[in-house]
Amino acid sequence: MSNQKYLIRGANLLGEETADILVADGTIARIGQGIEADGADVVEAQGLVALPGLVDVHTHLREPGREDAETVETGTRAAAAGGYTAVCAMANSNPVADTAGLVEQVWELGRQAGWADVHPIGAVTVGLEGERLSEIGAMADSRAAVRMFSDDGKCVHNAVLMRRALEYVKTFDGVVAQHAQEPLLTDGAQMNEGSVSADLGLAGWPAVAEEAIIARDVLLAQHVGSRVHICHVSTQGSVEIIRWAKQRGVDVTAEVTPHHLLLTDESVRSYDPVYKVNPPLRTREDVEALRDAVADGTIDVVGTDHAPHPVEAKECEWACAAMGMTGLETALSIVQQTLVETGRIGWGDVARIMSTEPARIARIDDQGRPLAEGEPANIVLVDPAAHRVVEPEKHQSKGRNSPYRSLEIPGAVQATFFKGHPTVLDGHINTPRALVAQAD
Amino acid sequence: MKHLLDTRDLSLEEAVQVLDTADSMAEVGTREVKKLPALRGRTVVNLFFEDSTRTRISFETAEKRLSADVINFAAKGSSVSKGESLKDTAQTLEAINADAIVIRHPASGAPARLASSGWISSPVINAGDGTHAHPTQALLDAMTLRQHRSRLDGRPTQGSDLRGMRVALVGDVLHSRVARSNVWLLSLLGAHVTLVSPPTLLPVGIEDWPVEVRYSLDEAMAQELDAIMMLRIQRERMHAAFFPSSEEYARLWGLTPERLALLDSRGAETAILHPGPMNRGLEISSAAADSPRSLVLDQVTNGVSVRMSVLYHLMTGPQEQDRIPALQRTS
Ligand SMILES: [Zn+2]
Repeated sequence: MSNQKYLIRGANLLGEETADILVADGTIARIGQGIEADGADVVEAQGLVALPGLVDVHTHLREPGREDAETVETGTRAAAAGGYTAVCAMANSNPVADTAGLVEQVWELGRQAGWADVHPIGAVTVGLEGERLSEIGAMADSRAAVRMFSDDGKCVHNAVLMRRALEYVKTFDGVVAQHAQEPLLTDGAQMNEGSVSADLGLAGWPAVAEEAIIARDVLLAQHVGSRVHICHVSTQGSVEIIRWAKQRGVDVTAEVTPHHLLLTDESVRSYDPVYKVNPPLRTREDVEALRDAVADGTIDVVGTDHAPHPVEAKECEWACAAMGMTGLETALSIVQQTLVETGRIGWGDVARIMSTEPARIARIDDQGRPLAEGEPANIVLVDPAAHRVVEPEKHQSKGRNSPYRSLEIPGAVQATFFKGHPTVLDGHINTPRALVAQAD
Repeated sequence: MKHLLDTRDLSLEEAVQVLDTADSMAEVGTREVKKLPALRGRTVVNLFFEDSTRTRISFETAEKRLSADVINFAAKGSSVSKGESLKDTAQTLEAINADAIVIRHPASGAPARLASSGWISSPVINAGDGTHAHPTQALLDAMTLRQHRSRLDGRPTQGSDLRGMRVALVGDVLHSRVARSNVWLLSLLGAHVTLVSPPTLLPVGIEDWPVEVRYSLDEAMAQELDAIMMLRIQRERMHAAFFPSSEEYARLWGLTPERLALLDSRGAETAILHPGPMNRGLEISSAAADSPRSLVLDQVTNGVSVRMSVLYHLMTGPQEQDRIPALQRTS
C-alpha cells in the first residue's frame, strides 16, 4: 500500500491559475495556495502546466502477437512518458481482440504493468474479417468493460454490417469507431492521391475513399440513432462532412492524429517509409483544415494511432514497408506546436481534446476528470517552454518509427501521476504503480 | 551528379552534356574495336529485381564497351514481399566493393532508397523503378529526337537542346515510368510535350506538369508533331476497367494504319518512337512499327550510347575524362 503523498507546488492549472496540488491516497486531496508539505514529497512545478492525465482513444499495443513490435508493458510505459494515464488498445492484435477472454487478457496485462489504464477496444467483426459481428456483448460485460468497438486497420465497409453494429452497441452505451477507408478505392494504395503521388509513381489513396465512408456512416448513425466515432480524420472533405453532420444533430465524434496535424505528403518525396501511414499524410490544405476543425470543435479528440513497428518493417522500399508511426511520446508536443503555439487553442482545450473528451467517448468514468479535490490523481505536468530534439532510440516504446526524428519540438512532460503514483518524475520515466496499491 | 535517379534531378547543362557525351560514345560503337578503357578495373553491378532482358543487355553492352567488369545480379524471387532483401543485397554489394550499381526494381523509389539509405556509397543508376522513373530511357529518347531534328534541318546535335520540338506521348501515362521521365527531361530541354491518354490512365494531380493534356489522339495528331511516342499498354489493364477492351483502345489510342496513312498524306515529318517491347496491334500497328518513320531501332542503339555516357559521367572524375581524347570537349 502506497501512502506516498506528493505536493505539486506552483503548477499552472490548465494554463489558467497557479495553485498547489496535494496528492494523497491516489486522489487529489487538496488544491489551493500555500499548502504545507507536511511530510509529502514536494514536486516543484513553477512554470509547468498541469493537465488531467491524458487519454488516448487509439493505441496499438501489439500484444498479443507482435511482442517484437511492442508489448502492453512497453506501450504503456511509452504512454506514461507521453503524459497518458489511460490508453484504449486497438483490437488488431493476433489473435484479434474479438472475445471476452482476449480483452480481459489485455486489460489484465495493463493492470499488471501499472503504467496506465488499458482499456481494450473490441473488434466489431470476428477476426476483423467484416463478415460476422464479434462477441460484442460478452466483451462489454467482461472485466474489461469494453465500450468502444473498432475493426481499425480495416474498414467496416459492409453497410448492413455497419448499421447492425451501430444499433447493437447501443445496448451497452457503446460506440463504433470507424476506420474510414473504402477498400476498392484504395486497393494497393500507397500514399495520398494528388500531385505528389503523380510525380512519385506511387498508387494513389484518394481522399474520397475516406470521405465516402464517413458520409455513409454519419447518415447511418443518424438513421438508427447511434453513436459513431471517426478514427484519424485526415482530409478537408471529411471535416466538412462531419461539421455538416454535427449541425444536423448526428451523434458523431471525430479524432485526428498528431502527425496529420503537422506532416504533409511532401515528406513522401524522400521515399522514406517512416512517412508511410494509414490514412496517408495529406496536403497542406488538409492540415490547415484539420487544425481549424479542432479549434472549432468539429474534431473532438486527438488520438495518437501509435503504431510501433520493428526496424525491418520500415527498412525497405516504400511499397513493402508497414504503415504506421509511433506517437505516444510526442503527441502532446505536436499538439502544442500545431494548435497551442499557432493560437488556435489554449491549455484548457488541450485537456478537453486529449483527456476529457477521449474519456467520455470511450466511457472511461475515472479518467479525464477535472483537476479538483476528491478526483482521481491523474495529472500530467508539462513544461511548455522546453524544447527537445526527437531521438527515437531514447523512447520507451519499442518502436523507432517516429516521423519526428531529429526534429526539435516544443514542450516536455516533467511528471505524470497515475492514480497518485508518479510514473514520470523530474522529466524521467520513474516506476509503475504497484498492483497491490490498486483499489480497482 | 552523384547518382542518376530521375531526370527531374538534372540541370539543363547536365542533360545536354550527357547527350553530347552519348554522341561521342555512339562514334565508338561504329569502330572496329568498340571499346574504351575508361572503366578498366571498375566493377559495375546490374541489380535486377525485375526481368528486363532488353535493358540489362543494353547496360551490359555499355559497361563492357567502357571496359568495366560486369556482375549481373538477378534478384528474382527476392521480390517486394520480402522487403529486407534490398538492404541485404545492397550491403552485400558494398562488401564486394561495387563501383556502381545499376538497379531495376518493381517498387517506385527503390533506387532512391538505395542511394539515400546509407547502405552503400557507390553511385546508383536507376534502370527503371516501378511506375516512377526510367531516366536512361528518357535520355535515349531525347538523343533520338535530337538526331531526328538534326537530320531534318542539318543543325549539329552537339550542344543543342530540343527547343521548338513538339512531341506527343500516347497511352498509359498513369503506370508509365517512361512517360514521367520523358515529361521532365523533354520539357527541361525545351520541347513541347502533349500527353494523350484515356482519362482513366492519366494520374490525378498533374495540373502542375509542364505538359498539354488531350484525351483524343486524333485531335493531338491534327497538330504538327515532330514525334509521337507510343507507350506500352498492358492488356490486363482492361480487367481493372481502365478501358473496355483492347479493340476499343487500339481504335481510339492506337497508332493504326489509318492514322499512319494520315501522316503520310500530310507529308508530315513525324517520327515514331516506342520504348519497347511493342504490343503490335494494340498501341501500335505493324504498319507503323515497321514504317520508315519508326526510330525504334535507333532508340535501341542510342540506349547503349546514353548508358555509356551516364556510367562515364558518374564513375570518372574530370581528370580521367581528359585522358579520353574522343571525349574532350572545347568547353
Ligand atoms: Zn486506423
